[in-house]
Amino acid sequence: MAKIWVDDKWYEVNPDQSLLQACLGLGFDLPYFCWHPALGSVGACRQCAVKQFKDENDTQGRLVMACMTPVAEGTRISIKDPDAVAFRAGVIEGLMMNHPHDCPVCDEGGQCHLQDMTVMTGHNYRRYRFKKRTFRNQYLGPLLNHEMNRCIQCYRCVRYYQDYVGGDDLQAFVLRNTVFFGRQEDGVLKSEFAGNLDEICPTGVFTDKTVKAHYTRKWDLQMAPSVCVHCGVGCSTSAGERYGTLRRIVNRYNGEVNGYFLCDRGRFGYEFVNSEQRVRQAFSRQDGRLKPLPKEKAVEQLRDILKGNDRVIGIGSPRASLESNFALRSLVGPDRFFNGMSDETSRLVSLMAEILLQGPARSPSLREIEQSDAVLVLGEDVNNVAPRIALALRQSVRQQPMEMTDKMKIPRWLDFAVREAIQDQRGPLFIATPAATRLDDIATATYRAAPDDIARLGFAVAHALDYEAPVVPDLSSEVSALAEQIAQALKNAKRPLVVAGPSLNSEAVVHAAANVARALSKDGKAARLSFTMPEVNSLGLALLGGGNLSAAFKAVEEGEADTVFVLENDLYRRAPASAVDKLMQAVRHLIVLDHLMTPTASKAEYVFPSGTFAESDGTFVNNEGRAQRFFQVYVPKEDIQESWRWLIEIMKAAGHPVAASWNVLDDLVSATAAAAPVLAGITEAAPSAKFRIVGRKIPREPLRYTGRTAMHAHINVSEPKPPDDPDSPLAFSMEGYPGQPPSSLIPFFWSPGWNSIQSVNKFQSEINGPLRGGDPGVRLIEPPQVSNWLYFSAPQKAFEVRPDEWLLVPLYHVFGSEELSAQAPAIAQLAPGPYVALSVTDAARLQVNDGAQVEVKLNGNVQRLPVMVQQGLPTGVAGLPMGVVPLEGAGLPLWVRLSRS
Amino acid sequence: MLSPEERQEIEAEFAHYPDKRALTIDAMKVVQKHRGWVSDEALKDIAELLEVSVDELDSVATFYNLIFRKPVGRHVIMVCDSISCWIMGYERLRDHLMKRLGVKMGETTPDGRFTLLPIVCLGTCDHAPAMMIDNDLHRDIDTDKIDSILEQYK
Amino acid sequence: MEKVLTKDIPPDGSALDIKAYERAGGYQGVRKALKMTPDEVIEVVKQSNLRGRGGAGFPTGLKWSFVPRGKDAPHPKYLCANADEMEPGTFKDRLLMESTPHQLIEGMICAAYAIEADVAYIFLRGEYILSAERLRKALAEAHANNYLGKNILGSGYNLEMHLHLSGGRYMCGEETGLLNALEGKRANPRTKPPFPQVSGLFGKPTIVQNVETLCNVHHIINNGPEWFKSLSRSADGGTKLYGASGKVKRPGLWELPMGTTIREILEEHAGGMREGLRFRGLLPGGASTDFLVEEHLDVKMDFTEVQKAGSRMGTGTMIVMDDRTCPVGFVKNLEHFFAQESCGWCTPCWSGLSWAEKMLTAIEAGEGQEEDLERLAYICRFCAPGNTFCALAPGAVEPLQSALKYFREDFERHIREKQCPWR
Repeated sequence: MAKIWVDDKWYEVNPDQSLLQACLGLGFDLPYFCWHPALGSVGACRQCAVKQFKDENDTQGRLVMACMTPVAEGTRISIKDPDAVAFRAGVIEGLMMNHPHDCPVCDEGGQCHLQDMTVMTGHNYRRYRFKKRTFRNQYLGPLLNHEMNRCIQCYRCVRYYQDYVGGDDLQAFVLRNTVFFGRQEDGVLKSEFAGNLDEICPTGVFTDKTVKAHYTRKWDLQMAPSVCVHCGVGCSTSAGERYGTLRRIVNRYNGEVNGYFLCDRGRFGYEFVNSEQRVRQAFSRQDGRLKPLPKEKAVEQLRDILKGNDRVIGIGSPRASLESNFALRSLVGPDRFFNGMSDETSRLVSLMAEILLQGPARSPSLREIEQSDAVLVLGEDVNNVAPRIALALRQSVRQQPMEMTDKMKIPRWLDFAVREAIQDQRGPLFIATPAATRLDDIATATYRAAPDDIARLGFAVAHALDYEAPVVPDLSSEVSALAEQIAQALKNAKRPLVVAGPSLNSEAVVHAAANVARALSKDGKAARLSFTMPEVNSLGLALLGGGNLSAAFKAVEEGEADTVFVLENDLYRRAPASAVDKLMQAVRHLIVLDHLMTPTASKAEYVFPSGTFAESDGTFVNNEGRAQRFFQVYVPKEDIQESWRWLIEIMKAAGHPVAASWNVLDDLVSATAAAAPVLAGITEAAPSAKFRIVGRKIPREPLRYTGRTAMHAHINVSEPKPPDDPDSPLAFSMEGYPGQPPSSLIPFFWSPGWNSIQSVNKFQSEINGPLRGGDPGVRLIEPPQVSNWLYFSAPQKAFEVRPDEWLLVPLYHVFGSEELSAQAPAIAQLAPGPYVALSVTDAARLQVNDGAQVEVKLNGNVQRLPVMVQQGLPTGVAGLPMGVVPLEGAGLPLWVRLSRS
Repeated sequence: MLSPEERQEIEAEFAHYPDKRALTIDAMKVVQKHRGWVSDEALKDIAELLEVSVDELDSVATFYNLIFRKPVGRHVIMVCDSISCWIMGYERLRDHLMKRLGVKMGETTPDGRFTLLPIVCLGTCDHAPAMMIDNDLHRDIDTDKIDSILEQYK
Repeated sequence: MEKVLTKDIPPDGSALDIKAYERAGGYQGVRKALKMTPDEVIEVVKQSNLRGRGGAGFPTGLKWSFVPRGKDAPHPKYLCANADEMEPGTFKDRLLMESTPHQLIEGMICAAYAIEADVAYIFLRGEYILSAERLRKALAEAHANNYLGKNILGSGYNLEMHLHLSGGRYMCGEETGLLNALEGKRANPRTKPPFPQVSGLFGKPTIVQNVETLCNVHHIINNGPEWFKSLSRSADGGTKLYGASGKVKRPGLWELPMGTTIREILEEHAGGMREGLRFRGLLPGGASTDFLVEEHLDVKMDFTEVQKAGSRMGTGTMIVMDDRTCPVGFVKNLEHFFAQESCGWCTPCWSGLSWAEKMLTAIEAGEGQEEDLERLAYICRFCAPGNTFCALAPGAVEPLQSALKYFREDFERHIREKQCPWR
């Protein structure tokens, strides 16, 4: 700790930060623009000026930029010094000279850092009387809007985009007071993390284009703390609603998970909630067609179906909450509950859960992933299956080089100096995948291979680390050498990390990853093992338990079950169409609870309208094993409600004894927590609904929320009572406790004078550190004290190219592969069309070029697809984009015949 | 498409730096030497050769004064508009040129012969006013001499 | 007086080729330096009181001593000659490079040897076509004669030297802007610390030095630091290339002892003002220096004395303003230059200088407001050293703040009379 003097007192602060961070951490309102907690200091904007004094006798002092000044023992500064105050106002004056002052029509208004800093510095009188410089805006894609006249040249956008994300198509052009931030020509920004520019940009230059279509001021939104449902990372989000429509998703700071950033799939995928395909009422099949019916009738009819019926099974879902899955399990009984994942995925997710539970390697949080100093990625195309992890991996390769700049005494927050000294040096990152990935540009080495060969490499690394790990026979000298190189790098690291997952549907790859992590732990290393999960609650569901899908199908086929509940799941995405069709034929009663009219729902006898994440409360367990609670944002229209609520109603109607005492979320959370020891911690993920602060609930709406009477006036001139929320300590109101709630209950970040997302500073116990009281979520899986693990055995045979067949492997797309986000129009626009990927050699063998049609025979069906030639794809391996090509649940990898069309 | 000469001239510089990306200006100048300016297409070709994005290359190009990203005439006149030349008659020189060529600063004559541009101090202040036409430095310029100077450039 | 840098300059405007240069004593400095240790060379330069002639005047030997040396030093290390002469009113490095390119090369080899550099670059402004041609030829000659390349003169020292032509921007003349430009990027400046000696070109130890400064190095090695000090009339060692431009009788460039007075340069060498004109003021060291007026004519042109008088010696090339040249137009021209050359990184520079230019344009056109003078003075304070990221804006406001001090009446007349009284 170091003592610094600010204005009139001494303070103790962390010496590893800049003065700006120290002041902000102490709660001082010191304005800034170009500094960002995740990007460090560059000293461009000059906004954070303070007066520094040599000692107590120095009365003159000099202005310094707080962001560029280190904290040193005995530092003396004044924030209130008149020269500093005047200078800071002068900087705003400079920034505002060319600014269009278009707040009334600017999307940023009400959450604008420039507005906040302008008010904070007190600048309010315009002396500049000349023309303003103006720009032509660019089309940058369907996700972000571009309005350059508002730019204050803080350079945050290009620093984030180029340095943090590694992108190169967003640049600064021209110079002086006419710097233009954009692309060389109009076009979709290439990075899948471009959406964060909305929050990075302190003005309205970059704003969320999807929000524009249904624009609402931040102060007019009803918001709740939520969790992104579009992959297994489970980033914390803040979701906002107005007039009954979900309006936007923004990042909700979580120091252990997503930090300050989301990916574009998570930010823009929410429009499925507003889709025309939403199921908003209960439906039943009448005269062969699905027709709406009143919910009471639907529940009644279900009661009748369930009466005396002992042939009921339930198929859950990895995209439904723990509570909904648990409720279904309770309805049908644990031995009649199936987890709804495809067989292969279910097997792998359970295996991965087991490996993590057994230890000894630790499942790292995203922050820990960022701090890893040597990484091996086995099989996962992280950018497309767990994008936020890819962003963390990109930062991890700076760890080892920063040890060098530490020795040069360059503070880590002095961003450009660190980067200049590091140049292109990177810590070790090894990526073994069939196809190229967007992390390849920072990889030490990449290995393009079929799944079995990727596994063999992993096993070889484990063996190189520990001779007791199984040997891999017949390994080529190249692969042996690579394995040795990887082992050395992991061995020499302080915080080595292995990343793997179920994407290639390969048990061998998962085994290999476990072996590597275990071999590292043997050495006493703090080894980390991160498994990606395909969906938001895959791991949670695996921890809850449930049979696999083909067992469910078998039960119906063999007449053991004739009534099937399907919870938030489209079975056509899980199994071959033929198998699902067979089920449809055989089943007597098919009851589906879902948000959208999926192919499965459209064939059901009953469809119940399920609340999406925005209309429900519940718990998800992410790939780390972190249980996180998400809260309802608004009360949905018509009959939509949580799946678990439907199930409780149905159970109560059917006289299920266990449901008698279940009325609110907490009842179900407790019951779920009791279902398995590993789930016990979920009750701690957030305070119970009884939680109050000085007797008050936490408001979902900001203090300045407007129109609450007017918005109902056309229905009834008297203002209605705000809806009750028995499920959480949050209120559907602006009334409640105005201060800071516990981190898991923060619906939005705001602080007096800090209307923008920069207000996060006020909620952290340390800038860029944890939120006060700890970051949201509870880790459910810790490596046990004593771990009796064994090595998995290695696959014996290498991948062999076949003369007439190709091994079709799954490829993933951040836009398009995930079910729900693909329904958002902007995401759909960016998703690729169907294709089959071939290596250069194989394309030549088949005598096809890019775009030529080939025929793929899949499960007895022939599909015609255009070829995409991909460099690096191994010979004999072809790739199919998941979620994009109608797969008929083919269960890749699969050997297929390909022929030129 | 870069011509073999252009490619060769650029690649000859590769060994001078630890990284190809250091050659952004040098490469664009090579192309400009052959073609007078750097078109969008040339930009793409250079970017490919240096293994940088075209956006990054244009970010550099638009920062610097001597890289022309718009077509120029057969000859580029750069008239020094800095202080010593200004004291010694830049405005008269400029006005004369504008009148003689019938263009404003920044424009190209309709016949494509001359582009007229201002330039910052040419570093020959004891012989002001001065200007450059292509690679030639002209100084101690009398307005009477201008026409004969221009004559040399077809 | 003894001339050092200009003694062998051919009067016909040609350049000394290597043979002529060697005959005149060239490359003896390299031979001598290679027999010394790098530390000894640095010591000699330190003792000579050689200060940087690019404008900042930092003691050269001291600057070099911060470069990590010895067996644990990072490599490659770099020496960059700052030949990006773009300070308006400055034209001294041009002469040295066009006439005696080998003098620069020899000085660079000695400097590079002193800091154990592996590669040297001449960062030359793109408009200096003739310098480029002659330097290219000289580099080839030096290479062919084993003054560059591997195992120079059998000493075991290797040095590669390359010429780079700038894309054209004033900021390239700023030490760290030059480094970014050489790396192929936009010439934004870098923060110091870390200093280029520690993390410079491509993150490696680097020295950036002005051409004129480098041209002195081998002379110091040849003749010793005491000799160098003896050439000067002040505490700063050596000779200096002084220049004068504007409406003097004989604009030109003269090598004189460091510390020659302004009066001597102006009246004896430049011949005083032209017929019918009177002296009003001058910028002693290029555009980014404060005005000095009649009362300062006896100030010695060295780093310390000019500073005491309230200005900077800068590059030592004076821009003279006569009494028929409008001070407002003069300053407007300068601020136009600086506003145009602002790299756009820090707020006071890119916003303040443009605003200043606009106000000066308005004042010159008779559209000035009374408050404009206060606003212009405010901009000068806004752009003070430390308030900005680099020295461009503080330099830019030096002529403006001093013009407001010495020629305020002219500004007020423009505003009052709603026109330029000189037109």
